[in-house]
Amino acid sequence: MAIEIEQPCVELSNVAVSETHGEDSPYFAGWKAYDENPYDELTNPSGVIQMGLAENQVSFDMVEKYLEQHPEASTWGKGAPGWFRENALFQDYHGLKSFRTAMASFMQQIRGGRAKFDPDRVVLTAGATAANELLTFILANPGDALLVPTPYYPGFDRDLCWRTGVKIIPIHCDSSNNFQITPKALEAAYQQAVSTYTKVRAVLITNPSNPLGATIQRSVLEDILEFVTRKNIHLVSDEIYSGSAFSADEFVSVAEILEARDYKDAERVHIVYSLSKDLGLPGFRVGTIYSYNDRVVTTARRMSSFTLISSQTQHLLATMLSDEEFTENYIKTNRERLRKRYEMIIDGLTSSGIECLKGNAGLFCWMNLSPLLEKPTREGELELWNPILHEVRLNISPGSSCHCSEPGWFRVCFANMSEQTLEVALDRIRNFMHERASVNRSLFSNR
Amino acid sequence: MGLGNDQSRRLLSRMAVNDKHGENSPYFDGWKAYDRDPFHPTNNLHGVIQMGLAENQLCFDLIQEWMKNHPEASICTPEGLNQFRDVAIFQDYHGLPKFRKGVANFMSKVRGGRVKFDEDRVVMSGGATGANEVIMFCLANPGDAFLIPTPYYPAYARDLCWRTGVQIIPVHTDSSNNFQITREALETAYNKAQQDNINVKGLLITNPSNPLGTTLDRDTMKSLVSFINEKNIHLVCDEIYAATVFNKPSFVSVSEIMQEVDFCNKDLIHIVYSLSKDMGFPGFRVGIVYSYNDSVVSCARKMSSFGLVSSQTQHMLAFMLLDDDFVNKFLIESSRRLAKRHSLFTEGLEKMGVTCLPSNAGLFCWMNLRSLLEEQTVEGEMKLWRVIVNEVKLNISPGSSFSCSKAGWFRVCFANMDDETVKVALRRIKAFVGKEAEKAKNVIKRRQRSINGLRIISSSSSSKRFDESWAISPHSTHIMSPHSPIPHSPLVKVT
Repeated sequence: MAIEIEQPCVELSNVAVSETHGEDSPYFAGWKAYDENPYDELTNPSGVIQMGLAENQVSFDMVEKYLEQHPEASTWGKGAPGWFRENALFQDYHGLKSFRTAMASFMQQIRGGRAKFDPDRVVLTAGATAANELLTFILANPGDALLVPTPYYPGFDRDLCWRTGVKIIPIHCDSSNNFQITPKALEAAYQQAVSTYTKVRAVLITNPSNPLGATIQRSVLEDILEFVTRKNIHLVSDEIYSGSAFSADEFVSVAEILEARDYKDAERVHIVYSLSKDLGLPGFRVGTIYSYNDRVVTTARRMSSFTLISSQTQHLLATMLSDEEFTENYIKTNRERLRKRYEMIIDGLTSSGIECLKGNAGLFCWMNLSPLLEKPTREGELELWNPILHEVRLNISPGSSCHCSEPGWFRVCFANMSEQTLEVALDRIRNFMHERASVNRSLFSNR
Repeated sequence: MGLGNDQSRRLLSRMAVNDKHGENSPYFDGWKAYDRDPFHPTNNLHGVIQMGLAENQLCFDLIQEWMKNHPEASICTPEGLNQFRDVAIFQDYHGLPKFRKGVANFMSKVRGGRVKFDEDRVVMSGGATGANEVIMFCLANPGDAFLIPTPYYPAYARDLCWRTGVQIIPVHTDSSNNFQITREALETAYNKAQQDNINVKGLLITNPSNPLGTTLDRDTMKSLVSFINEKNIHLVCDEIYAATVFNKPSFVSVSEIMQEVDFCNKDLIHIVYSLSKDMGFPGFRVGIVYSYNDSVVSCARKMSSFGLVSSQTQHMLAFMLLDDDFVNKFLIESSRRLAKRHSLFTEGLEKMGVTCLPSNAGLFCWMNLRSLLEEQTVEGEMKLWRVIVNEVKLNISPGSSFSCSKAGWFRVCFANMDDETVKVALRRIKAFVGKEAEKAKNVIKRRQRSINGLRIISSSSSSKRFDESWAISPHSTHIMSPHSPIPHSPLVKVT
């Protein structure tokens, strides 16, 4: 939904008139198409199916059931007199202790207890969007750079760069090794910064990866840790999808590696987390920064004044997440349901002759349509994307919007719809591929 | 754990290691004293009474009553649970339409229905703290400046400047005319900035004023609007205390002035608002940016991604703020209670000869203790303040923390406690003032004796007050947020 910002008579700031908010990218054109013609099973079965939204809608029933059984989670609950007042007044940027404790415990459970989290290192922000920006303000000066592996979440351009004045330098990854981050790629990105006299402040990874839908292997994490230590820079690990790994064993958090080595060099490591994906609560704006660096914790906490979590929401989630029976069951069941969805979409795509990167986490798969490209370029990719969006009517995300250096890859979300809708989407893809194949055959036979 | 302190500092940004978060200011020392020794009507009758916290705790009963009667406003109750899913996934930065409508509706009622607000201009932010910062990001570049009349809210230094790189240029006001903003003061500040080659992007006012507790009259408002139009700079009006007006003159919002004058470029006018003071909900982080400039609305809305209001909270407030009956009753009752509380406190002070700036709004009064200063300087004020915090045990806020140009004024909050606690505070002030008056009399007597040639029998009691051991170190660890550094607001109630 591109919004033109014209030069007004009285100047706004440079930040205000820049386009670093990123909303003019094609990524958002897909949203527009969906908004204008949204699919509905009953009322608009031929509308655009939203497959560009990484939301987790497969596990709401568990949260709803919990709330039904635990009225004390709400500020409407039968608490002591004055509970509402106390909650409404609470604006301490340390956050509710019970909530921080519950978050630390939840993060621990997701990692199967392989890493411990100290509630006093949990800093609360209104969503991971705010957490990533805040960390950038703390770790880098305007003009400095963060190294980020491609492909990456399109929103990083806004979150890390827009108001901070910091740049992203891509660490190029490609399909030759399943888009894994290599020491060579890390060094190349670093040298690119050096050659433009840009100071590198941190490496920022997303693990599990968005858009790849895959976890980063332990050996790669160790390589990255070794790299940031050698270069004396920070490591930010955005683990927002950590609870969406399909199996508990597959995800290795940087926290585990640090704990195993007794927190040596941990002061340069910071973890971002949120409940938007794992619990499917993006509206509640619950993000956290977990840092092993005391100064960063103190400063982040002070800065969080600009982006605190509603005390009403903290109260609700503190109650829910400190119920270990609930959380254990939720984490386990959520993983299974996501895995099932993933298998369903992979089966459907495979039977249509489409390959995907082998994934093991997240709310999406990374689909390879490069064989269908007329030209192996960004333009070729957008030319393929256009009919998928407007004719097949599926809003999927082109790899170029994720800064993927290899054209032809697309992120396809599968957890923000019912199974029936997913079937409809898979049918449409099947038909599309069928038509393509027959067109190719006729072209071939006409030669 | 590895990195030395120095090395550690170098590895962080300049922003992270500077002092612009503001927490090293003495303003927060009073909070510390309170935290160490908080007043409690039964458990700690001699503790420090928190009078440095501008919170509105007078009307929670009304809100609780409403909530009891409207379980559908919660997404967790049986009545509201069916909304849970839709609300929980809603993260559109436009905000819930009903929420925006409710806010626009509320803002209009607060201004007596004299203005209508367009719900499509209502943009969310992380409290007014977030709103003020967002407005700066939209309007000014690093190094640009905003004019702000003194005295002003201490945390503006952080909110407007820390991450934005914007600077504040104070516009001095004086007690000689009740701290009113004069055209001369504006011009002086503006011209000085021009001479210093500083680019002034706008003027920011708080109306009703914190810490003065007064509203700007119509003529002054028109004069400010005229000034910014002439200079072609922005006007940001922080109207966070709009509904705390409890006496005449009634509140004149910049939105009303815009309707009355024809010379105003609407693209220059922006309002910052919040529910933290008017409704007493600081924990819910409901900040609003309302701009008459379409580009600013659009930009601020994109930026609101960094500080959206929880959809759970939006959902609840939509119900509450669209309940016309409730809102009408709430606004009337809230004003009435504030008026009563203000009277109780200021009349009590008057009886002991302590005056405050006449005020008609806010959750505090601006108290004049100039006659108690040993020296009419910031140091004199801080000495007096330390006595008040440590001996009289009242955490009030010294005027210097508000950049007040005259020493001896203090902001004293009165809406964050019950009537009995107010009376305890008044008794303490009375005792203190009485003691000070005695001491002053004795000093005069001694001086007279000395003039008559008698030896001074110096009592060392006065010097003990300023014992350095009571001085608060500028480097003491400050763990407090300027909002509420303590987990529990003083729920002081004499049972």
